[in-house]
Amino acid sequence: MELVYGHPKSLKPIQTKYCPGCGHGVIHRLITEVIDEMGMQEKSIILNPVGCSIWASLYFDFDSVQVPHGRTPAGATAVKRMLPDHLVICYQGDGDLAAIGTAEAVHAANRGEKFTTIFVNNAIYGMTGGQMAPTTLVGQKATTAPYGRDPIENGMGYPIRVLEMLATLGGTKYLARGAVNNAVNVRKTKQYIRKAFEAQMRGEGSSMVEILSQCPTNWAMEPADSVGWVESAMIPFYALGEIKNELADVAGKEAGK
Amino acid sequence: MAAEKRLMKGNEAMGEAAVRAGCDAYFGYPITPQNELTAYMAKHMIDHKRVFIQAESEVSAINMVYGAAATGARSMTSSSSPGVSLKQEGISYACGADVPMVVINVARSGPGLGGISPAQGDYFQSTRGGGHGDYHHIVLAPKSVQEAADLTFEAFDLADEWRMPAMILADGMIGQMMEGVVLPEPKDPATRVAKPWAVGNKGKRAELNHVDSTQLVPENFEKALHARYARYDEIKRTVARWEEQHLEDADVILSAYGTSARVCLGAMQMARKLGLKVGLLRPITLWPFPEKRFGELAGKRFLVVEMSMGQMVEDVRLYTHGKSEVSFYGRCGGMIPTEEDVLAEIRRILKK
Amino acid sequence: MTEKTFMAGFGGQGVISMGQLWVYCGMKEDLEVTFFPFYGAEKRGGIARASVIVSTEEIASPLVTVPDSAVVMNMDSLPLCEANLKQGGTMLINSSLVKVDTKRTDARVIKVPCNEIAEKLGDVKFANMVMMGALSKATGAVKLDKLEAVLKSFFGPSKHKFIPMNLKAIEEGMKAVG
Repeated sequence: MELVYGHPKSLKPIQTKYCPGCGHGVIHRLITEVIDEMGMQEKSIILNPVGCSIWASLYFDFDSVQVPHGRTPAGATAVKRMLPDHLVICYQGDGDLAAIGTAEAVHAANRGEKFTTIFVNNAIYGMTGGQMAPTTLVGQKATTAPYGRDPIENGMGYPIRVLEMLATLGGTKYLARGAVNNAVNVRKTKQYIRKAFEAQMRGEGSSMVEILSQCPTNWAMEPADSVGWVESAMIPFYALGEIKNELADVAGKEAGK
Repeated sequence: MAAEKRLMKGNEAMGEAAVRAGCDAYFGYPITPQNELTAYMAKHMIDHKRVFIQAESEVSAINMVYGAAATGARSMTSSSSPGVSLKQEGISYACGADVPMVVINVARSGPGLGGISPAQGDYFQSTRGGGHGDYHHIVLAPKSVQEAADLTFEAFDLADEWRMPAMILADGMIGQMMEGVVLPEPKDPATRVAKPWAVGNKGKRAELNHVDSTQLVPENFEKALHARYARYDEIKRTVARWEEQHLEDADVILSAYGTSARVCLGAMQMARKLGLKVGLLRPITLWPFPEKRFGELAGKRFLVVEMSMGQMVEDVRLYTHGKSEVSFYGRCGGMIPTEEDVLAEIRRILKK
Repeated sequence: MTEKTFMAGFGGQGVISMGQLWVYCGMKEDLEVTFFPFYGAEKRGGIARASVIVSTEEIASPLVTVPDSAVVMNMDSLPLCEANLKQGGTMLINSSLVKVDTKRTDARVIKVPCNEIAEKLGDVKFANMVMMGALSKATGAVKLDKLEAVLKSFFGPSKHKFIPMNLKAIEEGMKAVG
């Protein structure tokens, strides 16, 4: 009988500590499905950030390195340079990547470091309890933006579109944005992850998949409402799709791009 | 055949010693007065087909060192005082995750941007655990270009053996001056300490390896810290190292490290010619501090000389248990004490 | 034997390379050596000084504060060297650029017209080598014998063509010391 569904080998069969409705669990699963399909479990290493996904090493069934907040791309740079035949995953949240670690993210991308960043953008600081993130939308409330993000009067700045910013850099070869708010987006996101991982193993340069993800707890929403908010509020600002695809593998490019 | 003696700058000698120790990866960021070291590594690491990255900041560089070391590689960075301040975050993580690495500080004057002249104001930062949390790491203080090379070479072994950062605390004088140096023979990689804890190349290994400083359960964390401090005790017993001269009959013992110790050596020689009974006790390891030796000498008169407002002097007072009269003579802001200055201080103390 | 020398001039006079070559030759003559440079913050044309020690013993402080010998390559460096020189020490003066007499009557003063000698040899750039020859003759601390082989190992192959000129300049500097 054909097996049509199973738990990924690379993901430990335990319940996560993530909140109900959180996107991390789905994203973990997508990563591990692709790793299993590529047969890379023994040669995968994840760099855990500081943030909710600091727990990642509990769930991924492969080696990990935990680095200081924002320094994930610096750590990943060196791990990949030392172990070029390994699949190196730099897992970052929006605070880690686009606030405290902007310099590391930009320069690793610019050097064309051959690891893949999985950038989980939920427009909020999760672990510390709902503070404003660099990707928080204008008007979105946070504990440190109690009246909503206000770029002008209170000088809170504008949400950063990370991929569009990195797309100008010579070192980036594959930048795609997906979401995990519905089945269609989940499937597309998995394709992006696969392309990025395969590009990494071909040594093509810097690759990043940004994933719009729900944080119902800190958004103060029911999980069901949070997936709707991704659709209605986030996706209009953070366009889904391949933002940059300069991969040598032309056949793998998204149709129409 | 005896190895050839070469005339080298301290910065270059430390670089070559690192290459010979088998440094697999170097990550740096420009800062005076250690720039020759980064440039040396750029040339020689690339020539040896090893990893060299000029990072975007000292913060990034130390975390690259951490990442490379996590894979079991011999990994190193170098900087000078303000840059080493930036690296303290990464050093704290490395100490928390038991990651070996070599960090060279060619120290300059501070605080703040300060100046680019030699100074010893980083003693506290180096020996007290300069970042957050409960930790120490090995600190070695060379007095010459030869010793800078030898200690750098050895630092890789010490770091690996004890699973912690080993820091070379040099200063702008050691980095910039040229002396004759006989370099150690390249280390045979087969003699390296095994690192079964390193990530990658899992193969048939049953357990996963996580290089991680996270400890969110207080009960477990306390146990882990106690275990680490038991290791620190072992290091104190076995690694502490110092040089001593003429202590037997000394009426006053000069104590200094690095460049200041060279000055003290000259002052001691001048004093002995005048018939003054002066000795010299030079810590080579600043952590572990040679506390036992100082304890044995408790009661003797000490004069501590530093290129700072007085930092190591606190350890001399601490480990002579209040039984010694401990004086201090310091120059700071990039000034270097002279042999004549120290001799005058000796005469003042001995009233001769 | 310990000879502590303080060398001073301006950037471009080859003070730093003179100090380096002096200790290199000393090392090749089995002496302990140390060389510590001091530059101005300017990249060009600022002050250039070097603390240089050669010795048969372990060298204590690398910093030369009371030099046995001082090398004065330009006028600006004279007051500093006068202030520091050991009682009865040796002062070597580049008389091409230093036209006044030193106030240090206790010193053994040797005037060497380094620039003129070097120009006669064909290039003023070798003034520093003239001075190094004089320093060797005056102090005897570094003998500078077997110099040709030493220079070959000091200079890279691309500079070997200048070795005869260096040798000549050093020789002329030795001759200039009576």
